[in-house]
Amino acid sequence: MQNERKIRVLIAKPGLDSHDRGAKIIARALRDAGMEVIYTGLRQTPEQIVETALQEDVDVIGLSILSGAHRTLFPRITELLKQKDLTDVLVVAGGIIPEEDVPEMKELGIKEIFGPGTPTDKIVQFVLENIPKRT
Amino acid sequence: MFNKEKINEITKERERWENTTLPKWMGNRPERKNEFRNHSDTLIKRVYTPEDIKDLDYMRDLGFPGEYPFTRGVHATMYRGRLWTMRQFSGYGTAEQTNQRFKYLLKEGETGLSIAFDYPSIRGYDPDHPFSKGEVGVCGVAVASLKDMEVLFDGIPLDKVTTSMTINGPAAMLLAMYIAVGDKQGVPREKLGGTMQNDVLKEFFAQKLIIFPPKPSIKLVTDIVEYCTKHVPRWNPISISGYHIREAGANAVQELAFTLYDGITYVESCLERGMKVDDFAPRLSFFFAAHNDFFEEIAKFRAARRIWAKTMKERFHAKNPRSLWMRMHVQTAGFTLTAQQPLNNITRVTIQALTAILAGTQSLHTNSFDEALALPSEEAVRIALRTQQIIAHESGAADTIDPLAGSYYIEYLTNEMEKRAMEYFQKLDDMGGAIPAIEKGFFQKEIADSAYKYQREVDEKKRILVGVNDYTTEEERPIKVLRVNPKVEEEQVARLQKLKRQRDNRKVKEVLEKLHYATEEDENLMPVIIDAVKAYATIGEICDVLRKIYGEYKELIVI
Repeated sequence: MQNERKIRVLIAKPGLDSHDRGAKIIARALRDAGMEVIYTGLRQTPEQIVETALQEDVDVIGLSILSGAHRTLFPRITELLKQKDLTDVLVVAGGIIPEEDVPEMKELGIKEIFGPGTPTDKIVQFVLENIPKRT
Repeated sequence: MFNKEKINEITKERERWENTTLPKWMGNRPERKNEFRNHSDTLIKRVYTPEDIKDLDYMRDLGFPGEYPFTRGVHATMYRGRLWTMRQFSGYGTAEQTNQRFKYLLKEGETGLSIAFDYPSIRGYDPDHPFSKGEVGVCGVAVASLKDMEVLFDGIPLDKVTTSMTINGPAAMLLAMYIAVGDKQGVPREKLGGTMQNDVLKEFFAQKLIIFPPKPSIKLVTDIVEYCTKHVPRWNPISISGYHIREAGANAVQELAFTLYDGITYVESCLERGMKVDDFAPRLSFFFAAHNDFFEEIAKFRAARRIWAKTMKERFHAKNPRSLWMRMHVQTAGFTLTAQQPLNNITRVTIQALTAILAGTQSLHTNSFDEALALPSEEAVRIALRTQQIIAHESGAADTIDPLAGSYYIEYLTNEMEKRAMEYFQKLDDMGGAIPAIEKGFFQKEIADSAYKYQREVDEKKRILVGVNDYTTEEERPIKVLRVNPKVEEEQVARLQKLKRQRDNRKVKEVLEKLHYATEEDENLMPVIIDAVKAYATIGEICDVLRKIYGEYKELIVI
């Protein structure tokens, strides 16, 4: 009954690139949609991201990367999530991720990849529909 | 430009037109929107007339090309004398691969080089640093030491090309390497021509690839300006950049105002160092984005030249006409490229490139159509270069100077951009300058707000993007994108290890200690950095010395 808890989202930027326009826009859009958003800034290591996810008890992690290092960094992040038993967290990603890499990323447990041009409401909708149920 | 009587007559006629002709059309064919606005939210009128520029004074506000206030261009002959420099930003993988790409571009008619470095180089990490994992050679060419730079320019004589380098934090190290390659090729330093981006201010609020905190960062910029003024006189030691400000989300007015204000800050820093304005100002250069709104962009470039000339003359009392010149490089706006229906980007790039040419840029990079997907393929790069060549040789746009001058709309917009930029100047002066504004998060907030507003307009379809929120098609994407071989990282690490075995490590240690000392003593660091790169000290090693003394910048997060 008292499940008034807001959906908690971590927006994180792994990798060395600094293109944060998208990450910030998504952070605002999710906040405007009533979610609690934590944005930790540029160049977060996989370890930092997973640690923050744990500390902040988030329901969703949104990864934004445009440097091309997703094939190195995403497996590391999903591996650490498993180690910390955070497998019920919904993980989505966006940025410049070539289409041919998408299946590989999804196999890691990343639920959806949002490419350039994705409307923000589509992302909000996806989060609402795929959010893990809390018991 | 117009006498009062004429203006009154036009006003009367316009009112008549609005009361008689216009209503008939508005009834049958009402306008598409209630109001029309450009990217920087200027209300766009139905039609412009001499009324809108009634106070324009030709000699005061426009003048002739090559003369104050340089609204019409910095050279008296412009493209009738020499076309702009076609300079395509490129770099990926190893130095060998990028050397091949450079030679290909030069063979295809490119007239200047422009290096894209990978993220580890930009952040001052060697390829074996934990942060470099997965990033080596991916978004640019991997350059860790003079060894790589020697390979990068193998077979390219430095007295025959000019080179632009997009590098900021480690700008001094890369310039030192270029000088060292020149020394090896026997090219005297006074013959080296090119540009370092070396604009750290915009890093703190837009590009955000900076290493050191603001004060030491500006000190390094000033070191480079001072060194180049004395020893590398044909080098543009800084390219004051609006491009990244725009890409981060700013509108055209913000791009214009923030960039020029950064310029003011650098001039002040050089003056504080004791340099004379006319000694360094002629070599300051600028870099802007060319976005989609055709007329707004043209007005922006023209206004930029006029504001800079006035600022240098009135605020800094420069006497040398060259100190008043704003020379600019333009790149079409990467942000506007769509991943959807990527071939449409060729059209966008053409329109954007035309704005820069019609407004008299000195140099231009045209984006490749596949860049919303990956680094550009060879074919895509060639089309981008051909776009410039078609504009140059087929369109006639390069045959007369500043062809849109005198357009009621263009002149009105140019004035409007200047007016709004000056309002920002005032605000920034009141805040105590660019650094206090950065520390307050002022630029960051302005940019984030504009970026969000733009996205809302796209999401709500108030702004149509073809192929993205309208005219969409279900499509396969058969485009072949360039992929960087993951072996590059291994190769670079191996090369680094080999270098560290082969070089004179005692000498490296010695020169790094000298650097440490010079940094603590606050000397101009260029000479000792040149010694360090010549001893084959790596970017990571040199930056680590500076990190220890200066510390690292911690981003101020503003959403």
